[in-house]
Amino acid sequence: MAYDKFKVLSSTAVPLPIENVDTDQIIPARFLKATERKGFGDNLFRDWRYQSDNTPKEHFVLNNPIYSGKILVGGKNFGSGSSREHAAWAIYDYGFRCVVSSFFADIFRGNCMNIGVLPVQVSPNFLTKIFEAIEADPNTEFEVNLPEQSFTIKTTGEKESFEINDYKKENLLNGFDDIDYLLNIKTEIETYAKDTPL
Amino acid sequence: MKKTLFDKVWDSHVVKKVLNGPDVLFIDRHLVHEVTSPVAFLGLKNRKIKVLYPERTFATADHNTPTLNQHLPVKDPLSANQLRALEQNAKEHQIPYWGLGHEKNGIVHVIGPENGITLPGSTIVCGDSHTSTHGAFGAIAFGIGTSEVEMVLATQCIMQPKPKSMRITINGKLNNAVTPKDVALFIISKLSTSGATGYFVEYAGDVFKEMSMEGRMTVCNLSIEMGARGGMIAPDEKTFEYVKNREYAPKGEAWNKAMSYWETLYTDDDSVFDHEITFSGEDIEPMITYGTNPGMGIGISGGIPKSDAIEGGASTYKKSLQYMNFEEGDNMLGKEIDFVFLGSCTNGRIEDFRAFTSLVKGRQKAKNVTAWLVPGSHKVEDAIKKEGLLDILNKAGFELREPGCSACLAMNDDKIPAGKYAVSTSNRNFEGRQGPGARTLLASPLVAAAAAVTGKVTDPRELMAFETA
Repeated sequence: MAYDKFKVLSSTAVPLPIENVDTDQIIPARFLKATERKGFGDNLFRDWRYQSDNTPKEHFVLNNPIYSGKILVGGKNFGSGSSREHAAWAIYDYGFRCVVSSFFADIFRGNCMNIGVLPVQVSPNFLTKIFEAIEADPNTEFEVNLPEQSFTIKTTGEKESFEINDYKKENLLNGFDDIDYLLNIKTEIETYAKDTPL
Repeated sequence: MKKTLFDKVWDSHVVKKVLNGPDVLFIDRHLVHEVTSPVAFLGLKNRKIKVLYPERTFATADHNTPTLNQHLPVKDPLSANQLRALEQNAKEHQIPYWGLGHEKNGIVHVIGPENGITLPGSTIVCGDSHTSTHGAFGAIAFGIGTSEVEMVLATQCIMQPKPKSMRITINGKLNNAVTPKDVALFIISKLSTSGATGYFVEYAGDVFKEMSMEGRMTVCNLSIEMGARGGMIAPDEKTFEYVKNREYAPKGEAWNKAMSYWETLYTDDDSVFDHEITFSGEDIEPMITYGTNPGMGIGISGGIPKSDAIEGGASTYKKSLQYMNFEEGDNMLGKEIDFVFLGSCTNGRIEDFRAFTSLVKGRQKAKNVTAWLVPGSHKVEDAIKKEGLLDILNKAGFELREPGCSACLAMNDDKIPAGKYAVSTSNRNFEGRQGPGARTLLASPLVAAAAAVTGKVTDPRELMAFETA
């Protein structure tokens, strides 16, 4: 489905300095039973965020009012495990538009881009700087600039560029999705399929 | 030009290359289940389009289904709703649907090979990360998200940049009681859960040549657990023999034609991989995990590593041990356990049940252990009964449940209670994976069987040696 265009985002960020955050943590399997894409944000990081009696766990970052923003910053190897796109939906539905890490799992990265959430991969050193900046001041603003492919810590001006292929960049800038592209080349696909036995 | 097995299959499926972008890859066969498909079908409805090639699409119910009393209506209304949605969507788009109770029903990655849907040299996707299982046949098979499920339903294609290539070679012979699961857990423990991210892996060497097709499926299944998109093994006589005469496999002249393609599916000598890794089969012992990701595994006789010996985040490591309530340096042997789960797309096939049964035969389930034995499909269930394994299991105090994903991801009622330890033949030991607060120790069917009869983590070789003494 088509999604919001992504150009330049200026926002504070929510830090989650944990490595190997898997998609079972982002959204546990028992919350995957919907047949529509709505309400997943309520269960984002469910078991880290709430006790078994549904009271909030005070120490978890999403329950700490000093942190907010549209950028989620996670530790290395973010989004490993299950292919559930529900993880990206939960992140989007909660209000994040960008996830930053020093390393992403493949399927999660693709899922994010397919729904208009920008995964930004930075160097391990720069990731540490981002965490330090938030720790020093939770109101620190960051700028994610997709046309320029840069991520900036606005208080210090420190900046790092990130990679994204031209095709995906164009899609995100315009809110296009892959199906729009593929439906346009349907004749080529049908020609290929004709020569391909089942 | 010298080509790898992966290159041969990938390149022959590229419909179009996008400049500075991904390849448009044609998908031969698409497997669909109830959890990751409803929003994709809804997308088709919104776009007012139909499934392009329903004959290349197969649907089954497995993720949220109960493993007891499948003949009764599904009690959980949300699960029932998802199952109903899949049934309706399959009907509307004329997709074969093998729902609860159907003779072909089972876990999507078990029934694909069983019914000859999985073929050498093909491209296979499914909205499930363990789709890598099908790579055992020399197919390019990988898990996708729901947007991509919609994409494949609508266009039979997917847009993916070509991954880098890695070859993992293991030569030599495996030790006694070392199973394909141990080989995979060993590799993941060496590479970590992100060591193969961005790569597609080919497994090569004596160990994989000697391995049965089901063993190869177990290894390829776990490729995703080291971050790889998929893993594959060159098809050989064993592969062709397995595929021949299965329902959806080619027959007659089509078979001969397919064989002439399949026989070209190997990595050319002197092909270059982006990364090569080699291990010796002799270095692998039965494995068990102690932490909260599949990379946290050790030989069963070993101790839990000290945090100062771990590369990277010590705080993440400590958090993991705290969740498991284990201490650095602890031995795994002798740790008391509460549950045993035999099943899943990793170890829910007949060979897994044979291995488990061989060890519990003539023994009794430990009183402190609850055991859930869940076949991967009705065909596996039938074989368990036909081969007389069920009688042996029953005599040893075990019961068999009905097929499904079950406690692997605990979407149904098969949840390990908080704080309890489960020795599980499944694929993930993430926090809460088998139920909120559950603690998972991943292991082979033999290690699971040894735990089931002793009530604690036990080296299966001790019990097997006892038998031959």
